[in-house]
Amino acid sequence: MHHHGFGIYPSLFYDLPRLTNTMLNYSLKQLSTLLAAKKISSVELTGEFLGRVKVLNPDYNAFITVDEKMSFAQARVADAMIASGQAHPLTGIPIAQKDIFCTKGWLTTCGSKMLSNFISPYDASVIERFNAAGAVNIGKTNMDEFAMGSSSETSFYGPVKNPWDITAVPGGSSGGSACAVAARMAPAATGTDTGGSIRQPAALCGVSGIKPTYGLVSRYGMIAFASSLDQGGPIAKSAEDLALMLNVMVGFDTRDSTSLQRETEDYARNLAKPLQGLRIGLPKEYFVEGMSADVARAVEAAIVEYRRLGAETVEVSLPNTKLSIPVYYVLAPAEASSNLSRFDGARYGYRAPEYTNLNDMYQKSRAQGFGAEVKRRILIGTYVLSHGYYDAYYIQAQKLRRLIAQDFAEAFAQCDIIMGPTTPTVAFDLGEKNSNPVQMYLSDTYTIATNLAGLPGMSIPVGFSDNNRPVGLHIVGNYFAEAQMLNVAHQYQQVTDWHTRMPHKLTA
Amino acid sequence: MSLSLDNIKRVANLACIEVNEAEAIAMMAQLSGIFSLIEQMRAVDTSTIEPMSHAQDVVQRLRDDTVTESDQRELFQSIAPKTEAGLYLVPKVIE
Amino acid sequence: MQWEIVIGLEVHTQLSTQSKIFSGAPTAFGAAPNSQACAVDIALPGVLPVLNRGAVERAIRFGLAVNAKINSPSIFARKNYFYPDLPKGYQISQYELPVVAGGSVKIRIGRDENAYEKTICLTRAHLEEDAGKSLHEDFHGLTGIDLNRAGTPLLEIVSEPDMRSSAEAVAFAKILHSLVRWIDICDGNMQEGSFRCDANVSVRHLGSDKLGTRCEIKNLNSFRFLEKAIDYEAKRQIEILEDGGVIRQETRLYDSDKDETRTMRSKEDAQDYRYFPDPDLLPLEISEDWINRVKAMLPELPEAKRNYYMTIYSLSAYDAGVLAATREMANYFENTVKLLPASAKLCANWIMGEVNGRLHKELMDIAQCPISSAQLAGLLLRISDGTISGKTAKDVFDAMWRSEYGGDADTIIEAKGLKQISDVDEIEKLIDDILAAQPQQVADYRNGKEKAFNSLVGQAMKATKGKANPTQVNELLKKKLMR
Repeated sequence: MHHHGFGIYPSLFYDLPRLTNTMLNYSLKQLSTLLAAKKISSVELTGEFLGRVKVLNPDYNAFITVDEKMSFAQARVADAMIASGQAHPLTGIPIAQKDIFCTKGWLTTCGSKMLSNFISPYDASVIERFNAAGAVNIGKTNMDEFAMGSSSETSFYGPVKNPWDITAVPGGSSGGSACAVAARMAPAATGTDTGGSIRQPAALCGVSGIKPTYGLVSRYGMIAFASSLDQGGPIAKSAEDLALMLNVMVGFDTRDSTSLQRETEDYARNLAKPLQGLRIGLPKEYFVEGMSADVARAVEAAIVEYRRLGAETVEVSLPNTKLSIPVYYVLAPAEASSNLSRFDGARYGYRAPEYTNLNDMYQKSRAQGFGAEVKRRILIGTYVLSHGYYDAYYIQAQKLRRLIAQDFAEAFAQCDIIMGPTTPTVAFDLGEKNSNPVQMYLSDTYTIATNLAGLPGMSIPVGFSDNNRPVGLHIVGNYFAEAQMLNVAHQYQQVTDWHTRMPHKLTA
Repeated sequence: MSLSLDNIKRVANLACIEVNEAEAIAMMAQLSGIFSLIEQMRAVDTSTIEPMSHAQDVVQRLRDDTVTESDQRELFQSIAPKTEAGLYLVPKVIE
Repeated sequence: MQWEIVIGLEVHTQLSTQSKIFSGAPTAFGAAPNSQACAVDIALPGVLPVLNRGAVERAIRFGLAVNAKINSPSIFARKNYFYPDLPKGYQISQYELPVVAGGSVKIRIGRDENAYEKTICLTRAHLEEDAGKSLHEDFHGLTGIDLNRAGTPLLEIVSEPDMRSSAEAVAFAKILHSLVRWIDICDGNMQEGSFRCDANVSVRHLGSDKLGTRCEIKNLNSFRFLEKAIDYEAKRQIEILEDGGVIRQETRLYDSDKDETRTMRSKEDAQDYRYFPDPDLLPLEISEDWINRVKAMLPELPEAKRNYYMTIYSLSAYDAGVLAATREMANYFENTVKLLPASAKLCANWIMGEVNGRLHKELMDIAQCPISSAQLAGLLLRISDGTISGKTAKDVFDAMWRSEYGGDADTIIEAKGLKQISDVDEIEKLIDDILAAQPQQVADYRNGKEKAFNSLVGQAMKATKGKANPTQVNELLKKKLMR
């Protein structure tokens, strides 16, 4: 173990390795142990990761904002907490924060020109919770503009690249966070998931991610896309790390009316439970249409592994799943069209430099401040809510939403957990689906239904395609089954090593 | 279904987003594609189904009527495009 | 051609909560611009609304006071439109399932023999947030936005089109104004905008049961303007129709300087508000238990008070209405009459006449009255027991108003020697003296000149410096002259 004075980074990547390959793969628990044992300080650890960000980010564009001064200030606070014996499990550990979480004193852009000058005057609840836990914010990660996208290409700050293949997309919208973890620029990161925005990039970048039950993670300070679907959650290297992240992120918040008041639970408590007798439901609809061969192969192999671990599989049916995408593309844009009305250039954010009157200021500020995908969705949402269309679109979609949720309820009567692919294909090439929004939307086929139902969903890496792009296994649990899902994922990760794989050229 | 150019312009105007003719035409094509995807859901008979607005079947929690916020005008207006005398300034509102 | 005017009102009442409907910012009036606009009120990205229990409770109180149905669940919806005083680009309001549904109030129009009562039905009352204010003073040709008011809770009360004249509309508005203050949900301050009326006005041929095209008149911030705007608007519509024209459905603004209404926006450019349930808020459930608790705390309502005053104190409907206009007034009256149970009419007359007149002149309300109800009762007692005359009482009242001698009537009467002379012997002696001195007038009276009598009374009063009991003087004088 090398010890370094603070400030002598950057670079361990092309330069001498400081964190060894092994250390880059250290779990949060291992890092915490090192910190507690004073083998390394938070300032040093933060410096190591910031150094990696400095070297790798120009190529991968995972971060929109890095602020070393602020990160180190937090690291020093963390070191003081550790020194005084007040450390929490994440104290001193650098965490990358999706740029959708308002972070006091930090530029918080949501990937948009609209907020390209927005220094947040307050902290999101999630940020407050990490601050209270003594975690270090290592930077704000890039994302699809206002979380609208499945490739992280709609960001005003340019596209994020996939660490496994720089010509591929990392998925989205939390592509910056998934990329940062996959490239080991951060030990763990936060994301948000409205239709798959944690799970899809986690799958495409070969890392683990979980979207908890709707209502567990406060949405206060998390810039809203579709309020009834948005949910924050972590992206990390392993299920065990996700559990520790959830322990910080989940909690009742009086400032969010949709936040659920429940007893605090330790999401790591069930990790070690054997899977004997676990009933895995395999929706027959998932294994017929649209799935690419290499995704099918990896997912099936994972199922075999689960059988080996003592689980049994049952066929279940989610007949209305095919309606998830149309339902989602009514409900999410409808809510978004209203949620994004506050961006009008009057009180904060982007205001067009020239305009002739008030309405012109609104029209131009919004036309210039929003990118194409955001505008597209605002127009869809405005249309479906407008007079004469509301019942046919919005109400119909809400009714189908209930049918989709009921499908899951029936399936969970027959199984403990549902598994399938996270995405129909592995990461596609940058630019491949840019001009075809419908094709892009279809990449969330498997993930969207869980948001509509409000169920927890996660993705873990289970292999690679022929062109060496990662495949993710989608695990859906019943409401509040996060601890069980993490157990299921952890047991798999105890007997496989997909989650420890790192893109070759990024190893130290 | 297909959307007319007038649909696009009306909706853009409601959403306060300026679109020029070329943008409106491009938008029309893209939105028509998306709406043909959306149309799939209209075939399902949902006459007996209740709309679902929220993922959880819970009711509104209420706040006590107490003042918890203090004046942060200076901080909030430090990021405002244009202010004067504590007011946000916008182009003249005509009534 | 006989025309009938049809009026419905929408009344926005600001609820008297400490904090806003969806945030913890204060609601006090008149603070420095934007000093009471918190992150939620200015709609920073990421902020969320949480509903104020106090606002809901006030809505329940209103619903119970007008015998309405309290909906449970009720739903909050977003009303989407762009305006600089609306920071989120939508107003959180209620659309389907408002918190209060139906209900009615009784109004009374006029005070003479043509007076009549009428029941006005309410459609609904819903909770919503107020907008901020646009200030149009010159900021180099720009508009200044103050968001202190943004998020102040409003209860919008919507009536059925049940009113047929401006007088009925004003009576309804006044009854509501009195009621919301009575049940303590709104301070009723119209200057500060706590109670604002919009009127929907249409006209039709008398006898027709089809409603005419209506116009909504905004910005009616006094009862007088409400009356004048409706009268103007009805006249305008009748003139158009009589000239063979048609009424365009539109929103009109009342200009009090010119006493006219003018087009604000027509229906064609009416907004498409795209109402939908607010996904940030959940269904509002109001339990039976909560309703019962609110019911138990509800004061006796003005209508019940009015009936009580009419039956127990034999007051006219008009008097009962004035005395039950506010809770403070009713308390004052009741505390006075409690000490003088046999003189309710005297109490009513004095409170409605001297007390109210003086308060009005000094721009004060009953709560600020320098004469307490007990002190007033002390004064009225001396009128009813004949210690002083009604005329002298007015002088005593003036002294009490100035808080002379601690505002105590008896002390003032004593100190100023205002006690009425009621001793029969003393007055008889005095009258004998006057009759002896004025044989001509006595003769005149006996010859049928009534005027002579008044002159004799005047002389008797003058001789006692007004302290003689005039009734007694009258009686004694008549007795002596009859002889």
